[in-house]
Amino acid sequence: MPEIIVCLKQIFDLGQIRVDTSTKCPLTEGVARKLSDFDKNALEEALRIKEKHSGKVIAIIYGTKDAAKEALAMGADEAFIYQYTEEIDHLGIAAILAGSIQQLKYDLILCGEASIDEYSFQTGPRLAQVLGIPVLTYARKIELNDGEIIVERELENRYEVSKTKLPALVTVTKEINQPRIPTLLQILGASKKSITEMSPMKQEVGVKILSILAVEMKRKEVIVKEIDELAKVILSEK
Amino acid sequence: MILIFSDDNETALEILGKGREIADSMKIELGAISFGNEETIFASGADKIYSINIASSSDHIVEVISNLNDQYKPEIILIGGTKLGKEVAPRIAQRSGVGCATDCIDCSIEKGHLIVKRFVLGGRFLETLRLLRKPLIATLLPGKFIKKVDKTRNGEIIKIPYNPVESKVHILEVKKKAPQELKIEEADIIISVGRGLKKKEDIKLIESLAQALGGAVGCSRSIAADLKWLPEERWVGLSGHKVKPKLYIAIGISGQVQHIAGIRDAKTIIAINNDPNAPIFKACDYGIVGDLYEIVPKLTEKLKKQV
Repeated sequence: MPEIIVCLKQIFDLGQIRVDTSTKCPLTEGVARKLSDFDKNALEEALRIKEKHSGKVIAIIYGTKDAAKEALAMGADEAFIYQYTEEIDHLGIAAILAGSIQQLKYDLILCGEASIDEYSFQTGPRLAQVLGIPVLTYARKIELNDGEIIVERELENRYEVSKTKLPALVTVTKEINQPRIPTLLQILGASKKSITEMSPMKQEVGVKILSILAVEMKRKEVIVKEIDELAKVILSEK
Repeated sequence: MILIFSDDNETALEILGKGREIADSMKIELGAISFGNEETIFASGADKIYSINIASSSDHIVEVISNLNDQYKPEIILIGGTKLGKEVAPRIAQRSGVGCATDCIDCSIEKGHLIVKRFVLGGRFLETLRLLRKPLIATLLPGKFIKKVDKTRNGEIIKIPYNPVESKVHILEVKKKAPQELKIEEADIIISVGRGLKKKEDIKLIESLAQALGGAVGCSRSIAADLKWLPEERWVGLSGHKVKPKLYIAIGISGQVQHIAGIRDAKTIIAINNDPNAPIFKACDYGIVGDLYEIVPKLTEKLKKQV
């Protein structure tokens, strides 16, 4: 019976982020937060594996209690949360996640391929590296089979079917499944499940953010009148 | 030394161009891990080539680059931001206990620090990062940097003996994607359609234009997520797919923030819309105001004759 750990990040609803017109900085006050899309695909896949092989799904979440409730309502058995801290990067997050995962029993760790706010693709590979377990990235199909995992990975121009022994870490793509939407009953039922708040040690950082500024899209904005003219433009730009 | 690696040859040569520039400004050497034609690598800027027979397993690549890092202590490691590149770079960084920035669109040296820029928050914001400790590791976005070729250049080839340990991962099968399976992210030309389309059957108008141009069909959120006239693989936008074609034609797409964020990296954007006040006209290079049902068939005919 596989013990599966899913790592999830709570992010701002990107569509709601506004720009401060004087500083060009993002305005996040009052913006709703949600679980990052591909991380939900990872959780969904863990739940499907549990439905097939039974076992247990533990969610480790970088975010608030609300995020934990969302994951528990979807079907995770238990959640651990880390609240937001200042000055943390992927180096530190991987160390923190590894620290708590090493206290747990696990066969499989699932992560989203990237979070949609940063699109860094770093957490899964880094975590596997710290834990010293095999990593298979960009999975669009997963099959568990007697202590082994077979994964179909999506790369630029090819699919690669790979096999490795458990325990392993797999990062999943959006295409792997359609995350379930919890029912009201499941949302209510989730309140009985355990949420453990973790207090991570301060971590060394490897990068410093100097600025995050809105980018103006500079486009030509030329309006043409005739289809002939449009065709010419298309032919010269293709 | 600056060390360069990419599993994609073209990307490697592009990054060598940027690497040469930084190496010159820091007065240090530029090394490349062998990935093909050695003459081209020298011509593209390398001083040294570390020639290793690397299998395309990410476990091996992490080990090879980490070993080179231990031995030669490069200041900077620049890696092509392919899917494989974005997996190995963070792993090498974690092993060395340093930071890493992925998908960088620019990098420069300021006072010995590597400063990189990358898009965040759905591509609407540009993040500027400083990497704090050596090796300074970044992956650079493919197609963003320019190759600089000087055929008179030459350099030294260093053969690196390497006996790979057995990889933990076994590749059972590799299936090449059929052209129609290529993801919309890979397409050079995308013809995208939005709510301006009146019924599902009319998608064939868009398909014929795409065919005439050898492009892929994309769509806005409503067409994929609400109306389900096209599969989600075709959905261009923040929550759909971020694309980077040479040419993007938005047909009957109003141009909401989420859609624009998904096409930020397109080289040229053309808009066809009947509403002169549609926001897409403020986010395109060329636009034409008019009925798509009149414009698209005529345009397709004209292009068919000329392509």
